[in-house]
Amino acid sequence: MNESPPGRLLPWALVTPALLWTLVFFVLPFIAMAALSFLEHGGGQATFDNYRQFLDNPSYWRAMVNSLEVTLTVTAISVLLAYPFAWILAEVVPQRLQRLALVLAILPFWTSYVVRSYSWLLVLAQNGVVNRALVGSGLVDAPLQLANTRAATIIGFVHFFVMLLTLTIFANLKQLSPSYRRAAADLGAGPLRTFLHVILPLTLPGIMVGAFLTFVLAIGDYITPQILGGNNELLMPQLIMMQIGRRGDFPLASALAIILMLVVTLAYLLCARWLKIERA
Amino acid sequence: MKSILKQHSRASAIATAALAIFVASPALSQDLNALIWCDHADPALLQPFEEANGVKVNVKEFEGTGAGLALVEQSQPGDWDVMVIDSIDVSRGVEKGLFEPLPEDQLPFADLFPEVKMDSSTVVDGKRYGITEKFGYNTIGFNNTKVDVADMQSMASLTDPKYKGRIAIYDYYLPVIGMAAMSLGKKTADLTDADLPAISDVLMKMKANAKLVGEVTASQTALATGEVDILVGGGEWVTAGLAKENPALDFSIPKEGAVLWSQALAMFKDSKNKDLALKFIQYILSPEGQARLATSSCYWGMPANSKAALTDEQKKTLRFDEQPAFLARAQAYPAPSAELDKKMQDIWTGMLQAQ
Repeated sequence: MNESPPGRLLPWALVTPALLWTLVFFVLPFIAMAALSFLEHGGGQATFDNYRQFLDNPSYWRAMVNSLEVTLTVTAISVLLAYPFAWILAEVVPQRLQRLALVLAILPFWTSYVVRSYSWLLVLAQNGVVNRALVGSGLVDAPLQLANTRAATIIGFVHFFVMLLTLTIFANLKQLSPSYRRAAADLGAGPLRTFLHVILPLTLPGIMVGAFLTFVLAIGDYITPQILGGNNELLMPQLIMMQIGRRGDFPLASALAIILMLVVTLAYLLCARWLKIERA
Repeated sequence: MKSILKQHSRASAIATAALAIFVASPALSQDLNALIWCDHADPALLQPFEEANGVKVNVKEFEGTGAGLALVEQSQPGDWDVMVIDSIDVSRGVEKGLFEPLPEDQLPFADLFPEVKMDSSTVVDGKRYGITEKFGYNTIGFNNTKVDVADMQSMASLTDPKYKGRIAIYDYYLPVIGMAAMSLGKKTADLTDADLPAISDVLMKMKANAKLVGEVTASQTALATGEVDILVGGGEWVTAGLAKENPALDFSIPKEGAVLWSQALAMFKDSKNKDLALKFIQYILSPEGQARLATSSCYWGMPANSKAALTDEQKKTLRFDEQPAFLARAQAYPAPSAELDKKMQDIWTGMLQAQ
């Protein structure tokens, strides 16, 4: 039976606010930014020069390489730490305490991102807790340079993203029916084999979703590398901001932002293909 | 159900209309809308003006001339009344047709330190568009209990391996490039493309000695907490505000000189409150306003008006009496063309990326 015209229009009416929102606050600004990236700074003439600068200038390239190195490292470490944490929450912590454990796990989310980054700076500083403990215990003779390094940026990121990944993996683990494990055991698989051949593949979507979110959020983040990295190297968001500060070079900043977005899109396509969630 | 939906949609329509009116409403006509740096956000500075004139000063903070001018471009003409801007960038605003000439006879120009009037960038075609309100030095800031104070009299110390890992660099390319140029005996006003390779070498050597390159808060924190002992580009703007808590923080004007920073106030051509805007500029340039601005909670700096009503202690902290000697050895910020500016920023980017 054919739907009546009002019936067919209803879904459109329901999604129209979301579509309008996306159009006004994402699509149109994106088009404006893309158009701006092809303009000369100050002159308004059309040019490819902003993109050419990225290709020609090794410092700009380096920013992209730095961003990828940092982001991939953060994603890998976060997954390795989050998985056992999620496993413990889902399998070891009693059901009645799981909610409380989850709340405790996400507590750091409740503080300001900036405050958290500055707190890490103090913890990792020359006179901070970590260095005092290392020197006090005799493990090192003099304080190590921990703050204002790439390692500090990675620590700040990992602290944040482990929680995010824990939540996505935990949700995935909780959805797994116990029958899978029982069936594997019936077929003679030990715990390790069950984990490697049954549990891990089934929780891969949760890992990939969390890993992709981590990658996207980390590669576009300005605050953490700016506060914790000590500007000893530039990442893409810092390079973009640098074009705006004094010179107000919005066309070059737009071109760099588009390039960063292309990398994120590529990451999405890689994840989507690997998870086979794209439509045939 | 229908009536509930109807009721809801009516309520939504009213709420939307109210929101639209709220968002679109310009500030009250007797409000002063100011684009400012953080030192002007101090209530101790604004309240006396607001109370004396029965007005509200609405402020919007920004960092960097480019970001400030972008805010203006995104606003409607008349949205803003006054703007704080690097003195050397006043002409950029004039080129864009943003600023109103200031009535020199109604402002205390005669009382300003002559070296900070910056006529070359604040006067265009014989008309003055900006008045310097505060200044200071990008030079060597240090902790005098941690370094050999005699070393701080030469910029050569900044690249000396003796201070490796004990230095922070202020993350703003113009003044630090100015300092690097001065260390090579070049004048900041005469810099050209040809000077950049040598300047880049100096920057690379500074970076090799540096622990971090930080913006205002990060570099200030690094010096105050003992993370570093020297701040390249530091000056009274870092040390004076912390003098009570940490009297060991100091600055020098080395033998090569220092880079003079100065900030100016300008009035918008399209301001709807030009009388009030002028009153605000007059207040900021008055002895009382100057004292409050100089000692603002965000950062301290020298008042442009030599008659600023500072206490003896404040003058001592700012080294007020030494200013004639300091100014004689200071050079203005480099004021490059747009093309040279881009090249300077690129060598700075190269320095930041150097390992």
